[in-house]
Amino acid sequence: MGMTITEKILAAHSGRDFVEPGEIIDADVDIVLANDITAPLSLEEFEKVGAEKVFDQDKVVFVLDHFTPNKDIISAENCKKIREFSKKHGIKHFYEGGRCGIEHALLPEQGIVVPGDVVIGADSHTCTYGALGAFATGMGSTDITYAMVTGKIWFKVPESIKFLCYGEWNRWVTGKDLILHIIGMIGVDGALYSAMEFDGEAISNLSMDSRMTIANMAIEAGAKNGIFRPDEKTMAYVEKRAKRPPRVFESDRDAQYKQVIEIDVSKLGLKVACPSLPSNVKDVEDLKDIEIDQVVIGSCTNGRLEDLKMAADILKGKKIAPWVRCIVIPATPDIYRDALKLGYIEIFADAGCIISPPTCGPCLGGHMGVLAKGERAVATTNRNFIGRMGHPESEVYLSGPAVAAASAIAGKIMHPEGF
Amino acid sequence: MIIKGHIWKFGDNIDTDIIIPARYLAHTDPGVLGQHCMEPLVPDFSKKVKKGDIIVAGFNFGCGSSREHAPIAISALGIPIVIARSFARIFYRNAFNKGLALMEADIYNMAKEGDEIEIDVFSGIIKTKDTTVKAKPIPPFMVELIEAGGLMNYLKKKLEERHENL
Ligand code: SF4
Repeated sequence: MGMTITEKILAAHSGRDFVEPGEIIDADVDIVLANDITAPLSLEEFEKVGAEKVFDQDKVVFVLDHFTPNKDIISAENCKKIREFSKKHGIKHFYEGGRCGIEHALLPEQGIVVPGDVVIGADSHTCTYGALGAFATGMGSTDITYAMVTGKIWFKVPESIKFLCYGEWNRWVTGKDLILHIIGMIGVDGALYSAMEFDGEAISNLSMDSRMTIANMAIEAGAKNGIFRPDEKTMAYVEKRAKRPPRVFESDRDAQYKQVIEIDVSKLGLKVACPSLPSNVKDVEDLKDIEIDQVVIGSCTNGRLEDLKMAADILKGKKIAPWVRCIVIPATPDIYRDALKLGYIEIFADAGCIISPPTCGPCLGGHMGVLAKGERAVATTNRNFIGRMGHPESEVYLSGPAVAAASAIAGKIMHPEGF
Repeated sequence: MIIKGHIWKFGDNIDTDIIIPARYLAHTDPGVLGQHCMEPLVPDFSKKVKKGDIIVAGFNFGCGSSREHAPIAISALGIPIVIARSFARIFYRNAFNKGLALMEADIYNMAKEGDEIEIDVFSGIIKTKDTTVKAKPIPPFMVELIEAGGLMNYLKKKLEERHENL
């Protein structure tokens, strides 16, 4: 019997020729990640169990991206703790300050994650790296401590659901619209405990940036991981960055799937997830006269160069609506630099945007754009739960960069056509 | 292991931003986290809930972020177990790793807020005021984890063995 790409990676990391869904395995991990919110709990546990060192100084990664540049004393103390730990233990991949980006944009960009890896992170959007053909999933701080010390972690092998996507992409439509469409269709627990595998010609035609957006939101359907077959685009992306040799795995023809769902992307328009669940998805055309107070273009979902380009194309020569704050957040320093060179930052500044350093900031209602009671935002982020961006009575609408940029100009939720 | 307590009911898709909003995540002190547990839905939950109370919920409890602050906040209020129609997977791991028991059972419709409920964790038998149901017991692997006293105690034991073997 054949195996899926997810099963093959897990088998290869647990010294087995074959694994099947439901089995509990003990697997080696290639990268263990934590951030400024989750690492402090991990480090507390690390001390408590009396561990002396991490399993591999090159394979433990800390990215201080959530409440940084530090928003208050307590978050500064947390970062200090992680910094001191990293110095003491010779952690190679420690990112803060001007080298810091949003973790899930930063790790692929810096070649820290490569195809075929098993990656666990104390952050639910660790699933983003599935775009490279890695098995990547989020866990809590305690699991992370265990892996930091031992280099291993237990997994239950997930069943896989395949999304076979075909057809031509319409103008403005991106990976964000596809993944919102899928979550709207199957629900926020539609892929619970499962692997979401994306394949088909429409996926081959997608950029790496868009694939990362899709894998990023697999967790919003409850999935354990999202995964893509590495192809020429993947290898071209990885070639110039990889810090370790990649290992390419592919699903067998006779691999078993719990379900195969076919999607014709030529029928797909621009999508918006309305409050307060990512599955509450509507076509942008159906949302009339929804006035907004804030727009956020950024995050590990849509803060990459392709996203900024799309927003800049629409914002060029335009002005943000009066009474609207439009916050643009390049996800990493490299993306920031590229956006600067390509003139996007100037376009944003001319339009009246706020340009933020790379940070999670408003995405989780942390800082740099928290909403007041009754306020409404359009964001290219991934969650619109109650109170996600601030006050419990504020609202978040999720979209791709095109709708976000058009809405910032119009002052209400708007299709980019005509801008 | 028998657990007995009064029911608090929550619906479907109770996410981690409801269980503990992100603005409190710089804290790691369980007491502080507990004070803000469920705040967006029940503003003074931490004051109303009593030690030993039990949460009964719908589908996909704990969806959202990987924050371990979520099970910590629930445990901090003295809630020993959450029973839901289903759980989000990261929350599921975190809860057991932190010593909060979870049971997957479809008792949402028969559970009344404030009623007493009795759960036998190992056999899966759940008794409410007027009904008894048999749910899936907690999987053996997770029972092992609870019996070891959570994942960190398990690791501690392993590390001690490693020292002894050196
Ligand atoms: S950008 Fe938002 S979703 Fe992504 S890691 Fe940061 S807080 Fe989490």
